[in-house]
This record gives sequence, C-alpha cells and structure tokens, in this order.
Amino acid sequence: MEDIIKIKGITKTYRNKRALDSLSLNIKKGGVIGILGPNGSGKTTLIKILTGLLRPNKGEVLIDGKTPGTYTKSIVSYLPDRNFLYEWMNIEDAIGFFKDFYEDFDEDKAINLLEFMGLNKGMKIKELSKGMHEKLNLSLVLSRNAKVYILDEPIAGVDPVARDQILDAIVKNYNEESTMIITTHLVRDMENLFDDVAFLRGGTIELIGNAETLREEKGMQIDDLYKEIFG
Amino acid sequence: MNFKDNLPIYIQIMNYIKKEMVIRKIKEGDKLPSVRELSTTLTVNPNTIQRAYTELEREGLVFTQRGMGTFATEDIEKIESLKKDMAKSLVDNFLIDMQSLNFSKEEIKKLIDL
Repeated sequence: MEDIIKIKGITKTYRNKRALDSLSLNIKKGGVIGILGPNGSGKTTLIKILTGLLRPNKGEVLIDGKTPGTYTKSIVSYLPDRNFLYEWMNIEDAIGFFKDFYEDFDEDKAINLLEFMGLNKGMKIKELSKGMHEKLNLSLVLSRNAKVYILDEPIAGVDPVARDQILDAIVKNYNEESTMIITTHLVRDMENLFDDVAFLRGGTIELIGNAETLREEKGMQIDDLYKEIFG
Repeated sequence: MNFKDNLPIYIQIMNYIKKEMVIRKIKEGDKLPSVRELSTTLTVNPNTIQRAYTELEREGLVFTQRGMGTFATEDIEKIESLKKDMAKSLVDNFLIDMQSLNFSKEEIKKLIDL
C-alpha cells in the first residue's frame, strides 16, 4: 500500500521548548492510525503541521505528494480539538458554511449523521453542550469526501453516551479509500478502532506498529501498553 | 462484548463466534452478520472483523459465498469436534490451576465428584 503521508525528520521549536524532535512517520493509504501520547507529547503540534497551521523548523511533510497548503487542505478534513463554528450560527448555518467552503462536502450525509447524533437543524451553536458540539463538529468533518481525516481528541471531555455515538459514527464512516488519523490519550475507549498505533513521547515516535500485532507480541491490550510506556 | 483478555481482538471475536456455534445460537448454515454490521455492533475496526472471518474460514468453520456473505459451516461433526476442543482447553487450564495449588490428580477427582 502506498503512503499517503510522508513525514521526514521534522523538528518544531517554540522559543526554547522543542515540541517535535526530528520525527519521521509514514502513514499508508486506507485505514485508521491512532497517535497516542499524554498531554505535551507533541500530538497537537504534529496535527497542526499536517493541517498547515504551523510550519516545522526542519524536515519535510508530504501529503499526497504535496507540502501542506491549498491542495492538501482540499483533501484533508480536520476536526480541531476546539470549537471552530461561530456562536451566532445555528446548525443549518453551519451546514451552509461547510457547503460554501468545501467542494467535497456531502449535505445528505451530514443530515443523516446529524439525525443519528440526535441533533436538529434549528439548534443554536451557543446553546450546545460540550458533547453536542463535538457531535456536530464530527458530523460536519466526516461529511466531507476527503482522502484524509484528522481527528484531534474527538472524545475528550464528552459524556459516555455522546462518546459511544461518536465512536459509532467513526466506525460507520470508515472506508478503505480514505485514511483516518486520530489523536487520543483515551486509549481504552478508542483502541479497537485502530489498524495501527504510534506512541508519541517527547516529540518523537517511541513505538509504532499494527495494533493486533502489538497485542500479540506484548500479550496485552494497547491501553496496558500505553500505561507501561507512559506510566 | 468486552475485550479484556490479553489476546488480539480478532482472536477474541473468533472465540465469541465459535462459542455461539457450539451452543447453537448460530446454527449450521446460518448467515453471519456482515463485516460492516458486526463492526458497528462491536465498535471495532472492520479490518479486524474481516481478519476474524478469514481465520474462521481457514479453520473451516465458516464459508463465504461471493456476493452473499459469510455462513456457518454445515458440517456438524466439525462443530462437535470444536466443542470437544473447547472443553479440553477449559479442563487443561483448570488442571494447571489446580496443580499450581498442589492438588494431586486423585484429590482433584474427589473434588469433582462432590
């Protein structure tokens, strides 16, 4: 399988803190990869570089053969770890916003997903709970027919019911053609979704592998392995 | 279904389906849920489900019909021998645990007859 994402030796420094330290990582086309690590391990910096929000000081990133920019933004659907919709909008406005912005946005898919999530078009953004926000944002992001989906902490801080709906939506929207990159430190809840996992520590990849192979080799679930590495 | 053992998920799914076959909840020739259905029900990556089905097929416990889906074997003898294998592995584990408590075979037999 060809690599859709190639990251070669990237380093990112903020003032005197090194967030990424010559990190290299290739991500193959198709499948779900979990980027696992505690807060401060470099997950969000890595995601911001992949989405073109930050530039590395050193190294190279290629997504579908291109450095992050206009083209890669058109093929990468990104769920940030915070709300990105305007407070004055209602859900219908948010759908219109996505439709205007992204050519690959599938409105019917969005409507189905929102229904599945128990959200309706008239709800106002500023009145949504944290769980509802996350469900709305994820529905919009998954409704793009993108080559790459990047979900940054999709279940952080949501209640168990919303969490299950979010996990279901992710599994239902899995397809072999696209690649999903999910960061999380809630490994127990998410590990069964991953084909591959990469453990991030101190801005570099500590361990990477196929999730099932790691379970077999280490004789433990990924959550236990995570605790062993970071505990 | 809870995935707790220290086993790969695909093996736990295989064991779950094997048990369903042994207790005849899945009967011979029954259609198994599609990869997608089971993936959604268990919230597990579809590739993992596919791998479990492929391995079950390799063991001759299920068969695939192109465009129709995956079905449980119609070979009842296979299921009977699966049942014996599963019983044997339970007994083996039990014996290992008992021996680690320093029980002799005679003592174990006595306990079972109680």
